Amino acid sequence: MASAPKPVSDVSTNGHHAATNGGAPKISDRAPLDGLAESVGRATGEAVRIGQGLLGKAAGNAARSLAKRLQADLDDRDPDYIRENLPLSWLMATIWYRAEVRNLKNVPEDGAVLLVGNHTGGNMSPETIFFTLAFSTYFGVERRFHQLAHNLVLASPLGPFLRRFGTVAASHENALAALDAGAAVLVFPGGDWEVHRPSWQSSKIDFGGRRGFVRLALEKDVPIVPVVTIGGQETALWLDRGAWLAKLLRLDRTARLKVLPILIAPPWGLTIGDFLPRIPLPAKMTSDVLPAIHLREQFGEEPDIDEVYEHVTGVMQEALDGLAAERRYPVIG
Amino acid sequence: MRLSESVVVGSPPRVVWSYLADLDNYGRFMSGITRWDADGEATSGIGARRRMLIKVGSAEVGGLIEMVEWDEPNDLAWSSVTGIDQRGRFRLRPVGNGSTRVELRYQYGVAGGGLTGWLSERVSAPSISKDLRLSLQQLKRLVESERQERVAAAAEAERAEA
Repeated sequence: MASAPKPVSDVSTNGHHAATNGGAPKISDRAPLDGLAESVGRATGEAVRIGQGLLGKAAGNAARSLAKRLQADLDDRDPDYIRENLPLSWLMATIWYRAEVRNLKNVPEDGAVLLVGNHTGGNMSPETIFFTLAFSTYFGVERRFHQLAHNLVLASPLGPFLRRFGTVAASHENALAALDAGAAVLVFPGGDWEVHRPSWQSSKIDFGGRRGFVRLALEKDVPIVPVVTIGGQETALWLDRGAWLAKLLRLDRTARLKVLPILIAPPWGLTIGDFLPRIPLPAKMTSDVLPAIHLREQFGEEPDIDEVYEHVTGVMQEALDGLAAERRYPVIG
Repeated sequence: MRLSESVVVGSPPRVVWSYLADLDNYGRFMSGITRWDADGEATSGIGARRRMLIKVGSAEVGGLIEMVEWDEPNDLAWSSVTGIDQRGRFRLRPVGNGSTRVELRYQYGVAGGGLTGWLSERVSAPSISKDLRLSLQQLKRLVESERQERVAAAAEAERAEA
């Protein structure tokens, strides 16, 4: 870990005097102009301290605001707000993406459930919009539904909007809290790794070996309901995840970013990072909700985590292959 | 948004009513319906509830509805309890020759209003209108074919007696 930078005031005062006088200055040793220099120095030091104070305050406020955005306050979810904003989601899903969510009947009628999805479409991730719409209209906005998202998504200007839709920062603790509240929780184990996969890997489930969702389901003894989606990787042309670039820039350590994708997307053309708002191509999106997997019923009292992981990703891959086979043309579907 | 479609069924109002009053039949003739489950004890009459969904665009919308008017054999109406705001009505009127004019009125509104609400009501209207039309055509077909079956059965019974 890099050492903390030395405060500016320490360098300007201690450094100067130590170098010139070799110790604390005495008034009798000073030349006539030293008084003026000291006054200027004091004024400068004061200005630096004020500046530091303001900067520190601003940084502190920003940090507190960010921390607040990332807190899992489940109560931020606002059913009335969701209900009022469903028309916009419906218009986007129906007109732009011609989205379709199949077999929502496979989600248990009530109680906590872990919905495990493959992540598509980069940072804009259209399936989160239309799946939330489909879930909310199918079960009613009264049913508690939370989605886990990357910190950066919640820290973006869209964060406050998403929190009211029930989105919380992706962490084991937040997922536990949501399941404890009896919610349906949507997780994307593949996260940024999967969501930025190259477009030609559109029909590939790639959780990058992340097995946390299995432990979560076992810990809370809730069923896993896999949700597979296709089409998101056609909303732009992803060329490379840019994992090497993220590592080179140390983003994997500083911002939990394992990737820095390279893509071609309107209106920017070649883009690195997928941070800028872009116009997604109107790709036909389809999601299929698969039958619930009750882990202890199917794998015994102490299921093997690797075995469950292989099973879940296996059934998802099979279903995704089916959806891919239905598509004739890119974007059009 | 208020939509209305109608059809003339070649059966008297009481016959059409007996078909409509059995709420389990709705799953057979209502187009676009993806869910139609009983909710609660009452299976017919005022207060009977159904959990219903209809496919509109990218979503299955609906919610819990309750029968609020049951005027045999003229009017049957429901209203939403949860989900989207909706109100539906079957209006049965005799038109002579033992036929009935069946009008299906459907009124719905999305929450929040505003431009997106206004737009989504209008964008969804053609698809819902189409479903209403198809529903009435299927109702006509089912009621008339049932009637024909009954008439044929009665004629068969008469022949057997003779």
